[in-house]
Amino acid sequence: MELLSTSLVTWSRAQFAMTAAYHWLFVPLTLGLGIIMAIMETVYVRTGDEKWKHTAKFWQKIFGINFAIGVATGIILEFQFGTNWSNYSWFVGDIFGAPLAIEGIVAFFLEATFISIMFFGWNRVSKKTHLTSTWLTIIGATLSALWILIANAWMQYPIGMKFNPDTVRNEMYDFWAIVTSPVAINKFFHSVLSGWGLGAAFVTAIGGWYLIKKRNVDFALKSIKVGAIFGLVSFVLLAVTGDGSGYQVAQKQPMKLAAMEGLYEGKQGAGLVAIGMLNPAKKSFDDGVDPYIFKIEIPKLLSLMGYRDINAFVPGIKDIVEGGYPTKSGEVPLSFEEKKERGQKAIEALANYQIAKKEGRDADAANFQKTLEENYAYFGYGYLDKPEDLVPNVPLTFYTFHLMVVIGFYFILMFAVVWYFEHKNKIQNTKWLQYVALWSLPLAYLASQFGWIVAEVGRQPWTIQDILPVNAAVSSLETSSVVITFAMFALLFTVLLIAEVTIMVKQIKKGPDYSDNNIEA
Amino acid sequence: MKTELQTSKFNWFAMFWDGFTHMTWLGKTLWILVILKLIFMFGIIKPIFSPNYLDSKFNTEDEKASYVSEQLLNRKN
Repeated sequence: MELLSTSLVTWSRAQFAMTAAYHWLFVPLTLGLGIIMAIMETVYVRTGDEKWKHTAKFWQKIFGINFAIGVATGIILEFQFGTNWSNYSWFVGDIFGAPLAIEGIVAFFLEATFISIMFFGWNRVSKKTHLTSTWLTIIGATLSALWILIANAWMQYPIGMKFNPDTVRNEMYDFWAIVTSPVAINKFFHSVLSGWGLGAAFVTAIGGWYLIKKRNVDFALKSIKVGAIFGLVSFVLLAVTGDGSGYQVAQKQPMKLAAMEGLYEGKQGAGLVAIGMLNPAKKSFDDGVDPYIFKIEIPKLLSLMGYRDINAFVPGIKDIVEGGYPTKSGEVPLSFEEKKERGQKAIEALANYQIAKKEGRDADAANFQKTLEENYAYFGYGYLDKPEDLVPNVPLTFYTFHLMVVIGFYFILMFAVVWYFEHKNKIQNTKWLQYVALWSLPLAYLASQFGWIVAEVGRQPWTIQDILPVNAAVSSLETSSVVITFAMFALLFTVLLIAEVTIMVKQIKKGPDYSDNNIEA
Repeated sequence: MKTELQTSKFNWFAMFWDGFTHMTWLGKTLWILVILKLIFMFGIIKPIFSPNYLDSKFNTEDEKASYVSEQLLNRKN
């Protein structure tokens, strides 16, 4: 294997992770706050109550701040595809490019058109037209998310494509298979709902702050009313889509599921770890060391979640490496060594095909192409050296998964309690709950980030599951240039984040603007 | 009843003109930030620090394919 510096791969990954994490600070709030402000404006249009108008306008202002600061943070990720991941970019051809192009052309223009009416059109268009524009703005933003998530889902579960050995690119032959991939559908709903949940947590937290300060009480109560109901619904649905995610991961990325659960030795009727601590002495999948210091399991739940069968066998890391474990379909999974052999065969076939084509030996080329196609499903394994290369960072995947789930269930409880107290007109006088609402906000951001860490760290070493690992995907750059851009992006995003927080805090402290009529704050 | 958008009364240009000329401190600050950010990203980061790797080294699609192919084959274990 060409001696690519491990640090080049590590820094390139770290840079993408850092910029993606920053991007994901802004996007969920856009998605969640967008729906909430649209709901509030809908209430205003239906009831004619001007107080709802001012509530909606305030959140629209906050939406605008977040949107403006967050705009183009995603572009940095696209830059990196071309700079740091050029082999990957070429290799995925139009598979990745098509969804991103649709996102840019359709979704962005939808947003950009109607956002202008949303901000500038309050006194220029009718209530219903303005409301329609508000909804279309957030629908546009959500459609942007759809296409990006379709692209990411394809990386986790590559389908609908055929590899062209002449161009060395994957070519889309079934657009609808990619768009309607079960991984894409579940990922879309789960990611968007996580944004809705975060938006609800944000609105409820700020509402709580106003109640603590005993100001803008009516606005705070209206915000908490919408935030609590919307948050409760969002987090309950998140549990449903989270279950769906677990099912998809079990089917398509069993190693990720094993890492999420710290499962080294497979089990029939496997339980889901509710609480647990991994053993730091566990260094390898086959060292015989107990992976846990302690754990409390919910019996059978992992088998049920992963395979819809409480007695299904859930493979552990060791089983996936060694292969031969029982599956529901009856198919016998290959071992790592067998997959590696087939992967090497596929890569060799590609090399031989190109030589044969160059020399005009068409019959030989056709045979090599056939061998390539037969083994293409394991193409990426040809780049791996030892079984350990197949295993993602188990502690990081395990802890982020479990913390995300715990936080998710916490928010179901929190929003239920907040909604109850709001409904009984008690929250105004329940100071401890106001503080809970306020201080829960960072948890929503943490859970939001943890979800992506599970998704993206858990899929390592793959950029495209089973087909292209990170060490084959990365550009042959100087590590120092990646370190420099890492530092630059870190600085840029930190400045943007400070700017957003500063501007947002200032607007929140200022409160809703009632200057266009006589509504009391 | 037709909305303003459906009648000749609604004027996109007037909406934008009024909107921009009557922007608050907040709106102006955000627009300045957006414009500076875009200039920095597309004017400095993209051309200097984040050029497209393949575009910067090769002119034709065939050359890029050949390079990527060589990379993939050479990185095989």
